[in-house]
Amino acid sequence: MAQLFHRSFNTLSKASIVVGGLVAATALTLVATANTTSWTTYVGVARDQTPPFSHKHHVAGLGIDCRFCHVTVEESGFAGIPATKVCMTCHSQVWVDAPILEPVRASYRTDKSVEWLRVHDLPDFVYFDHSVHVAKGVGCSTCHGQVDKMPLMWRENTLNMGWCLSCHRDPAKFVRPKDKVFDMSWTPPGDQHEQGEKLVLENHITSKTNCGVCHR
Amino acid sequence: MQPTNDAALQTSTAQPTHDLPVIAPGHTLASITDKITSIVLRRDTPLAWAAGLALASTGLFFLVISIAWLLAKGTGVWGINNEVGWGFAIINFVWWIGIGHAGTLISAILLLLNQQWRTSINRAAEAMTLFAVACAGMFPLLHVGRPWLAFWLFPIPNTMGVWPQFRSPLLWDVFAVSTYATVSALFWFTGLIPDLATLRDQAKNIWAKRIFGMLSLGWRGAAMHWERYEIAYLILAGLSTPLVVSVHTVVSFDFAVSIVPGWHATILPPYFVAGAIYSGFAMVLTLMIPLRSAFGFKDFITDRHLNNMAKVMLATGLIVAYGYVMEAFFAWYSAAPYELAMIHNRMFGAAWKSYWALILFNVAIPQLLWFRGVRLNPMWLFMISIVVNIGMWLERYVIVVTSLERDFMPSAWADYYPTKWDVMLYIGTIGFFFFAFFLFIRFLPSIAIFEMKSLVPRRDAGGAKGSAASSTKEGTHHS
Repeated sequence: MAQLFHRSFNTLSKASIVVGGLVAATALTLVATANTTSWTTYVGVARDQTPPFSHKHHVAGLGIDCRFCHVTVEESGFAGIPATKVCMTCHSQVWVDAPILEPVRASYRTDKSVEWLRVHDLPDFVYFDHSVHVAKGVGCSTCHGQVDKMPLMWRENTLNMGWCLSCHRDPAKFVRPKDKVFDMSWTPPGDQHEQGEKLVLENHITSKTNCGVCHR
Repeated sequence: MQPTNDAALQTSTAQPTHDLPVIAPGHTLASITDKITSIVLRRDTPLAWAAGLALASTGLFFLVISIAWLLAKGTGVWGINNEVGWGFAIINFVWWIGIGHAGTLISAILLLLNQQWRTSINRAAEAMTLFAVACAGMFPLLHVGRPWLAFWLFPIPNTMGVWPQFRSPLLWDVFAVSTYATVSALFWFTGLIPDLATLRDQAKNIWAKRIFGMLSLGWRGAAMHWERYEIAYLILAGLSTPLVVSVHTVVSFDFAVSIVPGWHATILPPYFVAGAIYSGFAMVLTLMIPLRSAFGFKDFITDRHLNNMAKVMLATGLIVAYGYVMEAFFAWYSAAPYELAMIHNRMFGAAWKSYWALILFNVAIPQLLWFRGVRLNPMWLFMISIVVNIGMWLERYVIVVTSLERDFMPSAWADYYPTKWDVMLYIGTIGFFFFAFFLFIRFLPSIAIFEMKSLVPRRDAGGAKGSAASSTKEGTHHS
């Protein structure tokens, strides 16, 4: 009877065990890595906007407070995207003819919103409330990064659930005095852990980690 | 050589049933190989087989349709509601996983106990286990609503920063069932390797030779192969043995660890394990009785096998009956109002018909198995096995549904009615099960050829009982 398989099949079949394991390991590593890089999380990826609004210019350059535009951040779950009229309080006076601002003027004329690309967009099954975080001493820059250094907006953090929980499980690492909430340049002091523990007690921070807090 | 079976198999009523032969006299090593491989290697397709496969495919079609509709619409197409959240999905899961247990018991425990009568039924029973576990696994996966995220059930490092709830028996279930499926598949495949080599050698078609050649992993029947095979098979049997008990114990924890009346009982694990083996042997009989008639396997699957399986059913059925009695006794003896209300509701509430039907099917009718005439009559056995299959399904229905319909607070009471999609999915898994089984009996040897050879009386031994360890080394070249 002729041989069913060539001699090389002996080697091939043994090699296939190793190769199969390597292929599986590589595939798993790729998936795991892809989930943590900016390719999926968009961390550090500056996003184009029309018009190309610069937080750096408006915050660092002109010294405008966060709340001038994001008016509801202290009272409501949603921080608020400013109405075109807020833009036009200045831009009806300065840079009135700048071509770059035409989308803003068009919005003002037609009463249609400017179409911003939302950089920090949580999934719809997550409940998040800005007001309680701001009220308890979680600063803007803790989550959004130093916005005053961003010409175009990018994500400083992944907004993954694991990232939310890193603070909810131990808020003392991140909370700051209430008067520093809107301070872009605040950094944790050397004794942050002691200060944080104190603030957690003073401000009655009882951050919850049960599912229903965010997935209502 | 044709065995002369009929005269020898005519058992007089005086002969004790444990002396019935496990293989009809007159068989040789060659006749066993020819008989079993001819079913796989025949070129024409038997019409009855094709008809059976077509019927099973219809069920498979139902499965595809009902899953597609479920994924499109969500679990709301089922009859489950806020109060009865489990319904058909969990009933069918427990039913299927229980059926699988007979295969593992036959393969592993009876091997370790050196029971020769396991030899001709273990291969098909293990295949039954695999297909039943596949059917069972579908239900929890579909029940989570978004099966493409079902890998979240495993403790994989993830960006959510959470682990599955290790204190939940539902997670233990994930480990129990996935371990069970893996070990069963390995056990089944390992046992197949020498037979796949026989098929490779017997096949005429070059592609059949190549496929069986690949699958047999280079088996040549060398002494070293046999030695390693025996070690591997024993290790796998050792791994499978605790699974016979542990898997359904964990399944019973899904209920017993909760506080729901009718579920929260210490008797549940042994009662579930006995029920699993009971229903499993019923399914083995349901499959084997037609199989041995259709393929002329009566020489290999003899009255001895039917008789022994019937006895296992009788024994496990009595344990299950004891469970039913104890459930009622605990409720009465506890004097807890909720437990009393639960058992009263089961016996006389909305689902009273299901309760008494299950008592009839699982306890009353199987008492016929005390009679030798019934145990040796395939027709009777077949009907009783169907009755037990139905009865064991009803048992899970009564446990899951009646307890959830009426728990502590009347405000949390609700009725459960399965929808047509529930029924279609259930029929669909039955279709899948038989579809897979039909393919199995046509394309793989449904009886372990080399193990059957160990039962042939050896010339030098001069007795009817050949030594399993030495005669398995006959190898494939004898065929």
